[in-house]
Amino acid sequence: MKIEIAPTAATAAYQIRRVASDDYPKLCREIRGCVLEMSGRAKTAHLGSSLSCVEILAALYGGMLTIDPSHPTAATRDRMIFSKGHAISALYATLALFDFFPASSLSEFGKHGGKLPEQPSPWCQPGVEVATGSLGHGLSIGVGMALAAKINRQHYRVYVVMSDGECNEGSVWEAAMMAPAHRLGNLVAIVDFNKWQATGRSEEILALSSLKDKFTAFGWNSFDVNGHSVEALLTVLRGSIDSDKPTAIIAHTIKGKGISFMEDDNNWHYRIPNDEELRAGRKELGLL
Amino acid sequence: MRNAFAAEVTEMAQRDKQVVLLSGDIGNRLFDQYKEVAPDRFINCGVAEANMISVAAGLSFCGLRPIAYTIAPFITSRCFEQIKVDVCYHRAPVIIVGTGAGLSYASLGSTHHSFEDIAIMRVLPEMTVMCPADRREVRLALRQALAHDGPVYIRIGKKGEPDVHACDPELAIGRGIVLRKGKDVCFLSTGNMLAVAVECAEQLQAHGVSAGVISCPTVKPLDEHLLSQLFAELPLVCTLEEHSIIGGFGAAVAEWSKRHSDSGAGLLSFGIADEFMHETGDQEHARRQFGLTAPQVVARVLSTLSTQSGERS
Repeated sequence: MKIEIAPTAATAAYQIRRVASDDYPKLCREIRGCVLEMSGRAKTAHLGSSLSCVEILAALYGGMLTIDPSHPTAATRDRMIFSKGHAISALYATLALFDFFPASSLSEFGKHGGKLPEQPSPWCQPGVEVATGSLGHGLSIGVGMALAAKINRQHYRVYVVMSDGECNEGSVWEAAMMAPAHRLGNLVAIVDFNKWQATGRSEEILALSSLKDKFTAFGWNSFDVNGHSVEALLTVLRGSIDSDKPTAIIAHTIKGKGISFMEDDNNWHYRIPNDEELRAGRKELGLL
Repeated sequence: MRNAFAAEVTEMAQRDKQVVLLSGDIGNRLFDQYKEVAPDRFINCGVAEANMISVAAGLSFCGLRPIAYTIAPFITSRCFEQIKVDVCYHRAPVIIVGTGAGLSYASLGSTHHSFEDIAIMRVLPEMTVMCPADRREVRLALRQALAHDGPVYIRIGKKGEPDVHACDPELAIGRGIVLRKGKDVCFLSTGNMLAVAVECAEQLQAHGVSAGVISCPTVKPLDEHLLSQLFAELPLVCTLEEHSIIGGFGAAVAEWSKRHSDSGAGLLSFGIADEFMHETGDQEHARRQFGLTAPQVVARVLSTLSTQSGERS
């Protein structure tokens, strides 16, 4: 299935393609299909975590980010830090579909000698900014990049996609205090709040709720959003950024979203689909 | 050394618009001049060292040259993973400066001692580890670090350390600086023990022992050419450092000599024993406790030389 991605007047000059709003469901199905195949082929975990952030990535790459796939390290590009590195198959799939590298490379995921490790590395393929296999680093790196934009007088934005379990890390809250102190209006954190972490409900392991209130109390411009609605995500991303404050988007999602027997079942944090489950998953995604 | 660091970093920021200084909420008034020169390139990151290191990495990914500064244990062991992953794995040209290293803050207790920082920094791939000896070496080490395209850890003392060099020595990453040559023994000193090394050599001369002194401002990479020469020519080599005898400069030289030299030269490592310091005392007191004063070092060297000569005869 080939995604039709139409250029817009605003982005054509930068060779950046935008997705027409009607095409997002198709794009998200395609990303999920790639994620399922990669997990099945490489026998890797974290399928549930990858499936929950698909609309977030689709909204960012399809509607927001100014990153030219032909010049993925251009100094003026937006920065997208995928801080929940364990769900990297979703980012690899998205990058391939947006022509950062050939989709055929996805078959190298988790392979000996391949270029797509199970946790991201900046040395793997174009479009991956930083190594984020260890949680709690991405937001701080994002603060550094956002500060650099101010120092260098550049106008890019920095987006950081995080997991809810990641917010257990103290370093996240160190960064959360620093960003408003420096009025980093060019920084946007999106938390994929799927309500689960590796071994249990995220609210029961450490008291996460309310994430929105926590970020607001720390001085952020914060929103609760349906994380499976590209339209809702883009509405906030396009219309509610405060140039004087960092923005936190708490994207409420469902772990394993898109494949009914995986949805909200935390076994799929680690479980690897067998052949029968792969077939059932493909069927649900309309790929069979 | 602190004031030399502040003066040099101010000059560097004036010359190079990419230099950004990050402080972990220390150096009150120390950076007043820097802030005048580059107010938008001074960032007080607060008491949040893990975040500070990642922020520094993020700045470096955008072409800036961050220098992160706070007390040695807080900028190494507290945020080790950030240094490993965000800085070293990405080969980020971040300069990490730990002040009050070794026994400099002896009187503040074990929370402020750093006997392990060289060990945990030198184990990281891509990391260069520098321990300048006096104010001149601090300034030169910083210049070398800024010219280096990769992560550098610079370990400095506090203030008031004696000046050993009368003029700027030739300092380069991975090169020792020969202060005096000797025929019987050579002291390899890293960091603020250099003045003790010189004192030791002078005291040994009175005993008829010819002792050389070499300052080693770089612990990683070692000056292998120099080590090859020393181990081939001398019966005894001594390392001096304010760091644990485990994993530090002495350990690095011992590892090297075991792998690369079969000359049979003896090696004595002077450093801090594998223990915490529980009693109160200043730097001089602490050095006495760990056998790091010149008379203590000289006595051990004389005893070793005498044993060696007994074995030969």
